[in-house]
Amino acid sequence: MKSLEHLACQDKDVTEGACGVLRLVHRSGFVIPPVGSALRDRAEKLFWRVFLLLTAALPGTINAQTADQVRSVQNIFEPVGAPAEMLHRTSILVLLICLGIFVIVGGLLLYAVVRYRRRTTDDDETEPPQVYGSTAIELAWTVPPILIVVVLALATARTVGEINNTKFIGDPLQIRIVGHRFWWELHYPKYNITTANEIHVPVSYLSTPRPIELTLASADVVHGFWVPELSGKEWLVPDRENKWWIQPSILGIYLGNCTVLCGLQHANMLIRVIVESPEDFDRWVTRQQRPPTLDPNVEEGRRAFTANSCGSCHRIEGTTSNGIFGPDLTHFMSRQTLGAGVAPNDDKNLRSWLRDPQVLKPGCLMPEMKLDTQQVEQIVAYLKTLN
Amino acid sequence: MSTESLSLTETEWKLPSPRVVGMILVILTETALFTIFVVAYLFYIGKSTSGPYPHEVLELPILGTVLLLSSSATIVVAERNLHKGVTSLFNLWWLITALLGLGFLIYTAVEWYKLIYEDHLTISTNLFGSTFYSLVGLHASHVVVGLILIFLILIMNLTGRIKHYHHEHIIMISWYWHFVDAVWVVVFTVVYIIGGNS
Amino acid sequence: MPNGTTITDAGAELLPARPGEERGTLTGWVQDLVYTVDHKKLGMLYIGTGLFFFVVAGIMALLIRAQLAFPNGRVLTPQEFNGFITVHGTVMIFWVAMPLVFGMINYLVPLMIGARDMAFPRLNAFSFWLTFFSGFLLLFSFVGGPGLYGAGSAPDAGWFAIAPLTSPAFSKGPSIDYWSLSVLVSGIGSITGGVNIMVTIICYRTKGMTLHRMPLFVWLALVTMFLVVVFLPPLSAAQIMLTLERYLGAKFFEAQAGGSAILWQHFFWIFGHPEVYILVLPAFATISEVVPVFSRKPIFGYPMMVAASILIGFISAGVWAHHMFTVGMNSFGVTFFAMATLAISVPTGIKIFNWLATMYGGKIRLELPMIFAIAFLFQFLIAGLTGIMLGVAPFDWQLNDSYFVIAHFHYVIVGGILYGVFAFFYYWYPKAFGRMLDKKLGLWHFWLFTIGFHLTFDPQHFAGILGMPRRIYTYQPGRGWELWNLISTIGAFVQAAGVVCFTVNLLWSAWKGKIAGDDPWDAWTLEWTTTSPPPEYNFEKLPEVRSRRPLWDLKHPEDPDWKFE
Repeated sequence: MKSLEHLACQDKDVTEGACGVLRLVHRSGFVIPPVGSALRDRAEKLFWRVFLLLTAALPGTINAQTADQVRSVQNIFEPVGAPAEMLHRTSILVLLICLGIFVIVGGLLLYAVVRYRRRTTDDDETEPPQVYGSTAIELAWTVPPILIVVVLALATARTVGEINNTKFIGDPLQIRIVGHRFWWELHYPKYNITTANEIHVPVSYLSTPRPIELTLASADVVHGFWVPELSGKEWLVPDRENKWWIQPSILGIYLGNCTVLCGLQHANMLIRVIVESPEDFDRWVTRQQRPPTLDPNVEEGRRAFTANSCGSCHRIEGTTSNGIFGPDLTHFMSRQTLGAGVAPNDDKNLRSWLRDPQVLKPGCLMPEMKLDTQQVEQIVAYLKTLN
Repeated sequence: MSTESLSLTETEWKLPSPRVVGMILVILTETALFTIFVVAYLFYIGKSTSGPYPHEVLELPILGTVLLLSSSATIVVAERNLHKGVTSLFNLWWLITALLGLGFLIYTAVEWYKLIYEDHLTISTNLFGSTFYSLVGLHASHVVVGLILIFLILIMNLTGRIKHYHHEHIIMISWYWHFVDAVWVVVFTVVYIIGGNS
Repeated sequence: MPNGTTITDAGAELLPARPGEERGTLTGWVQDLVYTVDHKKLGMLYIGTGLFFFVVAGIMALLIRAQLAFPNGRVLTPQEFNGFITVHGTVMIFWVAMPLVFGMINYLVPLMIGARDMAFPRLNAFSFWLTFFSGFLLLFSFVGGPGLYGAGSAPDAGWFAIAPLTSPAFSKGPSIDYWSLSVLVSGIGSITGGVNIMVTIICYRTKGMTLHRMPLFVWLALVTMFLVVVFLPPLSAAQIMLTLERYLGAKFFEAQAGGSAILWQHFFWIFGHPEVYILVLPAFATISEVVPVFSRKPIFGYPMMVAASILIGFISAGVWAHHMFTVGMNSFGVTFFAMATLAISVPTGIKIFNWLATMYGGKIRLELPMIFAIAFLFQFLIAGLTGIMLGVAPFDWQLNDSYFVIAHFHYVIVGGILYGVFAFFYYWYPKAFGRMLDKKLGLWHFWLFTIGFHLTFDPQHFAGILGMPRRIYTYQPGRGWELWNLISTIGAFVQAAGVVCFTVNLLWSAWKGKIAGDDPWDAWTLEWTTTSPPPEYNFEKLPEVRSRRPLWDLKHPEDPDWKFE
């Protein structure tokens, strides 16, 4: 359990009072005693390592620590960064309380069944003492549940307040995410960048926190944004804007999903949050801000792109294509996947996608464009220059 | 069962009348139904993104309200005559109730004609149109059901099918009618008074 | 009369005819069931309907699990998958759980209160047939439109049909309308049934049965039907609005017109949350009858059990937005609903203590009804605890819309409610059919189903913790979900085997089961005073009661309950 100072009290004002109470409560040993927390931390980490080893026994990827390793197994009990850690703390509290209740009540049940079983030696005619009840006992056993409920309610209120009313240190990075069926439109207003599906963010260290404020909106139906290790989830609703935030503290590529059924390809509306060093992030920003190079070798491809009305759905900066129904393709090659994560962004998949997107993502809203082989090759060559 | 238990005579064991309890529950369930439409109307006050707006097209339905609410009074008079056994007066006041209710429906129809054809407000125009017609329409449909019940009783009484043991049935129908009128008071307040100026 | 009656099969001809047997012929039997207004026959029709749809929706579940057993599954197309999850959920709630609830209450309540039938027998039949036919309307959606292949026009927006996915823009064709209309009609059936049952309980109790002498089953039926009467209309209202939107262009949930998708959520969950209490209270009702009889003690703390049930009913009206913690509510809303949700866990948890205290100091007979009841207690305990976890909003922000929620509610509905239904069957089948259900088959049923249940739903908790969202027709390898999904699928088929045993038991025992007699379990409530099966008029002479356990008073005249209550 990291120090409270780091987790909750980076911010002044609103949480100052809550922090004071927190510290008092923490010191009084009421929540979880500080003694042994390091041990508990280690035990918890060990448990999850073993657990993940078992789950990843089938082909999988173990969680990584470098910028280009994909953290495909997302575990809500391995929080990365501030909001996830706040949720984690409360979750562990609830989990332990519930575990305790289960052990006690379950144990009593087991005991009752074993101890008061009718033995075959018993004669069937006598009935046990007919006890109708006891007000005293009933009142007594009402008190612990009420107390537990009060504790949980307070913990809930505290964490909800913490997350919703957080005051960021420094200028948060603003990202506007607009949900579409079945992809994610991304805007970085400060840098004037528009892209899709893969969210690049700078990592946040204790010394240089970089909170990232997400504005969630939707262009069609309700979607949900969830990257378990970075934060809880929040909806993207067409008639409102929701604000959410993350503050990842470990490098890596975090996978997430859309969590609200939005149609046929809800399952393949995947999220990638690429947490990189501040330098790498700046490099990415610069690359995104650069207009695409005009390579004369792919002139036919560019013409085929326009001739087939690709531009009525897809925008490529510096050309006449400025459609907004589909993802912005200006820097298409800077993305690791296509189709919002359904397949890696390589030649084979790109060709398949252009031939018929319904093969890789049946039910997605890009129709089969009925391109012949030559057109496919030309457009592939063109798209591959969009760095 | 046990012979030494106190034997309760018929008069000592009195449970509520099933018809009364049934009607109360029907009123309860209908209240729940109406509440949702009322909530939708209230929630969307002022949120329509295009006109026509209530203040432009709604006029207080004074005449219709008077017709409907007086029908509650006339049905009480009819009931009193039923108790006294004066069948002819019962029929008369019962008929007047029905006609007043019918009058209310006609008034509503005229109002809707104006809204649809002159003001071009339909259920699909905007949020106001949708919530207005669904709420007022739901109420009107309940008035229609009430009128059917009232006319049925009238016809059955005129053909001599109503016996003395049907009195409770008739009273339950009048309770339903009072409920419909009470809903109108709520609808009137919500639509024309609270939302009337938006 | 102790268990293990000595009546031989030779006495079978002396038993009153089984339902439908009076007319002798098959057509006579069918006519009898179609025209009946008798609460017992209607109760069994309800239950039969529930069991039929259970098999149908269960097969859908098996297909869903087959699709999800491996990553990048190819068993179902996305269209078929979305259709199956929607219809599986909708059918299970409205045409399995609800008919089972109505059937159980229909059959038992008049017998338990010493009445001859329901308050409004014809209305009863009307309610049943509405429920029955509306279910087929929904199933017809699979064959409507392009036909069976590709799942026709089955609704595919999830069982709670989130707006605006259900608007005409995003759901073309009649698929959603099959959902709205079938559920709407079924809802009318439920509401009329609810009114009927409440009137029966309030107005038809036999002499001496004051409200505080009613069996707990009847109390819980009363609270359940109150919830039906008050909270089904919001769903009907929302569906009327949706249908108006889809057909007349009304603007209720359309963002462009200023409408709110969240309003649909509120309306739906104002119904949706009380609905799950409507489903679980009758399971509580069964457990509250089974546990005392098989522990040989009266229920511990009857007044508190009644109070807790009523309290649960009332609080359930105020917790609905715990299904909406992630929609973007402000802190006040989130905290309020979290607190209300945690509050409702108190009366619910206390009931578990009461059941436990009933068992303490008793002589527990591990017959099948009790075995299922004990499993219910364990599983409902776990379900309640995962519910508390989800009620703590921050935890829910991680686990909402994930497989953890699926695991939680299946734990409640299958591990809790369905086990209550099984206990109901093993306990009251002898009353309805005059014959006992076979014990050996019953044990096979229990073990297969329980092992299958745990194999299916325990791993889903982990899948949710590892980030697996709901309603995805497939997933990519490497997310850590493969193992849990595979185990879950295997479990589903083991459960199916258990259900087969149960079905065989139900059918076989109707003809070959051991003769039960009036009171095979040595129980204490009024239904055991009449024959098994009861005659059409229920009781020869309407009984008079002086306590909560009239049959105990009869059997123990030296120590009757009314001396102590």
